[in-house]
Amino acid sequence: MTFSTMVGELAHAFINTFLIFLLTLIGSLPLGLVVYFGKKSRFKPLKWLTEVYISIMRGTPLILQIMVIYYAPPLLFHVTLPGNWRFSAVVVAFVINYAAYYAEIYRGGIESIPVGQYEAAQVLGYRKTQTFVKIILPQMVKRTLPAVTNEVITLVKDTSLASAIGTIEMFTKAKQIAVSPRSPGMLTFLVAGIFYYIFNVIVAFGMKKLEKALDYYQ
Amino acid sequence: MHILDIRNVRKSFGDNEVLKDISLTVDRGEVVSVIGPSGSGKSTFLRCATLLETMDSGTLRYMGETVASMQGDRIVYTKDLKKIRSYFGLVFQNFNLFPHFSVMKNVTDAPISVQKRDPKEVRETARELLDKMGLGDKADAYPCELSGGQKQRVSIVRALAMKPEILFFDEPTSALDPELTGEVLKVIRQLADASMTMVIVTHEMAFAHAISDFVVFMDGGVIVEQGTPQELFEGTKQERTRQFLQNYQR
Repeated sequence: MTFSTMVGELAHAFINTFLIFLLTLIGSLPLGLVVYFGKKSRFKPLKWLTEVYISIMRGTPLILQIMVIYYAPPLLFHVTLPGNWRFSAVVVAFVINYAAYYAEIYRGGIESIPVGQYEAAQVLGYRKTQTFVKIILPQMVKRTLPAVTNEVITLVKDTSLASAIGTIEMFTKAKQIAVSPRSPGMLTFLVAGIFYYIFNVIVAFGMKKLEKALDYYQ
Repeated sequence: MHILDIRNVRKSFGDNEVLKDISLTVDRGEVVSVIGPSGSGKSTFLRCATLLETMDSGTLRYMGETVASMQGDRIVYTKDLKKIRSYFGLVFQNFNLFPHFSVMKNVTDAPISVQKRDPKEVRETARELLDKMGLGDKADAYPCELSGGQKQRVSIVRALAMKPEILFFDEPTSALDPELTGEVLKVIRQLADASMTMVIVTHEMAFAHAISDFVVFMDGGVIVEQGTPQELFEGTKQERTRQFLQNYQR
């Protein structure tokens, strides 16, 4: 296998890496807010359930969570899952794991907003949902952006954990290429590393732009 | 009909009884100042009147409409608080402007999205008010670009844009230096001249003396003495009031 074939195959597998990344963000960023509301719920069972969920998501390895999501349904319910279940399981595992982290980040952001903001909104007659959507949420986004950026960058690297169950993405591909005969060997991992790095530089740049865009107020 | 009629308010935080049977009525065009040492309960009293705190017992009426009343020994608040809230405005000690909104949006958002008034009319009203307060060039600025005095004037405009029947001030100049205090007091004086009904919790004795129709002195959760500024400041009857006012020489 030539060097350029290897790079081409990695690039092709990167599409899946990017998909896992994108779908995880699309799923977990809003779900984190739902989890936050669950944790803040006055309905105690829901509150406890959410707390246990966050605790497990943060307290066990993500690689283990991926394996549980992938292997548990067929073993427990004796169902045959469709061929693309491998990919779906990875995305599901990532979404519910990252949502737990985002929920905590959001909580920190929301609780740092002065109570006076709520009081001003209340006196002006805003309803609770209006207050949250118009007053609290935009300020929360600004306050949590640096922490969210951290998580997003970690997510880029975490996508490689999908290789634990053999999902086709860049890292799985790199492992396959490296052990195949007449391949560039270890060099494959170096190239994969460069792919991750370049992507993260782009992500960091984009997030910085976003932070700048919110710099118009303090 | 009183604009505000609040009676027999009691309020405790845990074992600490902060308000012990406070009553006050305010009529149209009246300016009432509430003075007293820190911890005397005057801010809590204001927060009860503006529904930021619930009273433990007492009655509250705005424009003759009952907001809270006693049923037996239980206090009951009306369900329709939205309408009641439209009767009053509140200016906070630390402004509480919305930092992510421009000055214009701070002023116009609630009239448009809460009161559902015509955006064009609201913006015109806002411009007039901002001009009147010397903030005509600040409509597009963000709160972080303003001085404390400007912030407080914006928050006064924000309250006025809701067209309240009565405006409450919770120590509106306590976060400002003397110079900025002056510019905010000037604005409040303008409002008094325009017959705005106001209740002002303040530590500015000279200001309270000059501007008020009625002054209430609170201490330890009770109204110690009340009356016209002349009665309270010049013909002080209670020893506690005299003690409090001794540092204030007019």
